Amino acid sequence: MADFLLNALLAGLALALVAGPLGSFVVWRRMAYFGDTLSHAALLGVALGLMLEVNLTLAVTVCCVLLAVLLVTLQQRQPLASDTLLGILAHSTLSLGLVSLSFMDEVRIDLMGFLFGDLLAISPADLAWIVGGSALVLLMLIALWRPLLAITVHEELAKVEGLPVAAIRLALMLLIAVVIAVAMKIVGVLLITSLLIIPAAAAQRHARTPEQMACGASLLGLLAVCMGLALSWFQDTPAGPSIVVSAAALFLLSFAWRKRN
Amino acid sequence: MSDALVRLQDVYVRLSNQSVLEGADLQVAQGEIVTLIGPNGAGKTTLVRTVLGLLKPDSGSVWRKPKLRIGYMPQKLHVDSTLPLSVLRFLRLVPGVDRASAAEALAKVGAEQVIDSPLQGISGGEMQRVLLARALLRGPELLVLDEPVQGVDVAGQAELYRLIGRLRDRFGCGVLMVSHDLHLVMSATDKVVCLNRHVCCSGHPEQVSHDPAFIELFGQDARSMAIYHHNHDHAHDLHGAVLKPHVHDENCKHG
Repeated sequence: MADFLLNALLAGLALALVAGPLGSFVVWRRMAYFGDTLSHAALLGVALGLMLEVNLTLAVTVCCVLLAVLLVTLQQRQPLASDTLLGILAHSTLSLGLVSLSFMDEVRIDLMGFLFGDLLAISPADLAWIVGGSALVLLMLIALWRPLLAITVHEELAKVEGLPVAAIRLALMLLIAVVIAVAMKIVGVLLITSLLIIPAAAAQRHARTPEQMACGASLLGLLAVCMGLALSWFQDTPAGPSIVVSAAALFLLSFAWRKRN
Repeated sequence: MSDALVRLQDVYVRLSNQSVLEGADLQVAQGEIVTLIGPNGAGKTTLVRTVLGLLKPDSGSVWRKPKLRIGYMPQKLHVDSTLPLSVLRFLRLVPGVDRASAAEALAKVGAEQVIDSPLQGISGGEMQRVLLARALLRGPELLVLDEPVQGVDVAGQAELYRLIGRLRDRFGCGVLMVSHDLHLVMSATDKVVCLNRHVCCSGHPEQVSHDPAFIELFGQDARSMAIYHHNHDHAHDLHGAVLKPHVHDENCKHG
């Protein structure tokens, strides 16, 4: 197998593995639009990273975290509904990112690659970031599993029972930010959320426990990555969108299976 | 008082520029059932949230017994329908709970049959019992119940209040609850605190129901909330007239 294909496969599988449990929380906590906003802001992170000449993954992570904190602060301070606020932030940060990038004539960047991913151009260094980041997020998710479930069920009940709710919520946002930063290379900022929510939504119909849903989502994600890369290899389609199309096909198929009672 | 679990003094709370509590006082002692009553917007839930530590008052003092274990039963629980969670798993979110202790807690509240049901599939009354079981699993010194009988039918309400009374006797914990249905709760409570931003009156239920402040607050309804001291040995018709006991004869159409 060609090296670039192996790198692409490993990167995709690492991301799919962590996207299962993390995406389940995004679905349970109704954070899909929140994830979308953070990933749109990732492009602003890219622009800032290039401007300040720092590591792009780091710049994107920091940018996403800052936006998440800004969002929480704004939600408490003014009367606009969350989805309005998310819409404003998502599109203004994406546009700000695009405008800033256009000023940087001397930097040659592949805009389409950032927007829709460039999985087949992943370098060994990129792969190390993706695998390392995914492993870190997965370990954190396992360690925080019960408290995360507790605050998802009822935040105030969890707080009365002594959990540091604000810190756990912030940790979840941080994990989402890290995954967005590492996933950007794979499916691009416009498609990241789909990789979080589509496998989780497909696994949901047949799961009886939270863990079954998280593991099922990981498995379906792994399958979608393999199918998408195969499609891309044999039909010469763009890799990122092919993975998302495969995930969507699996989601549709999940309806064909009879629901367990 | 030495056996106080929680004591609030002169508490003021403003929420989005509205004054919600203006100098409220509250104390709950060990083994005591305290019921908070008051009209909508009187600040009952705000006071409960202050007791729980979910809200910091703008002024006034909140004292809790050091390391006080609180069992909290929220007004309602909405779990997203996409989260596959059984009642057992819900109870096991409390650290150190296994199937046996979860089953035991459910048996105490009379809901052992739902242990493997999905949380979203049980009835309102069962949900209230499951929430109560979760509060009990913490081995609470203070039980805080925000409208514990919401969504439960009338027969079930009376039973739930009796259950809360029995649990107090069994565990010796203090109970603080918010309630609208005074007529049901009066007989099961030691102290009633009538709240309308500040404490209008408080004391033994019987005493409170005759208090002018209470009657002013609840108006005509106050009378229906007062406790009956006689046993009902007859029935009323829709107009309130006493019905004669029915005597069977050959004209009866029923069996």
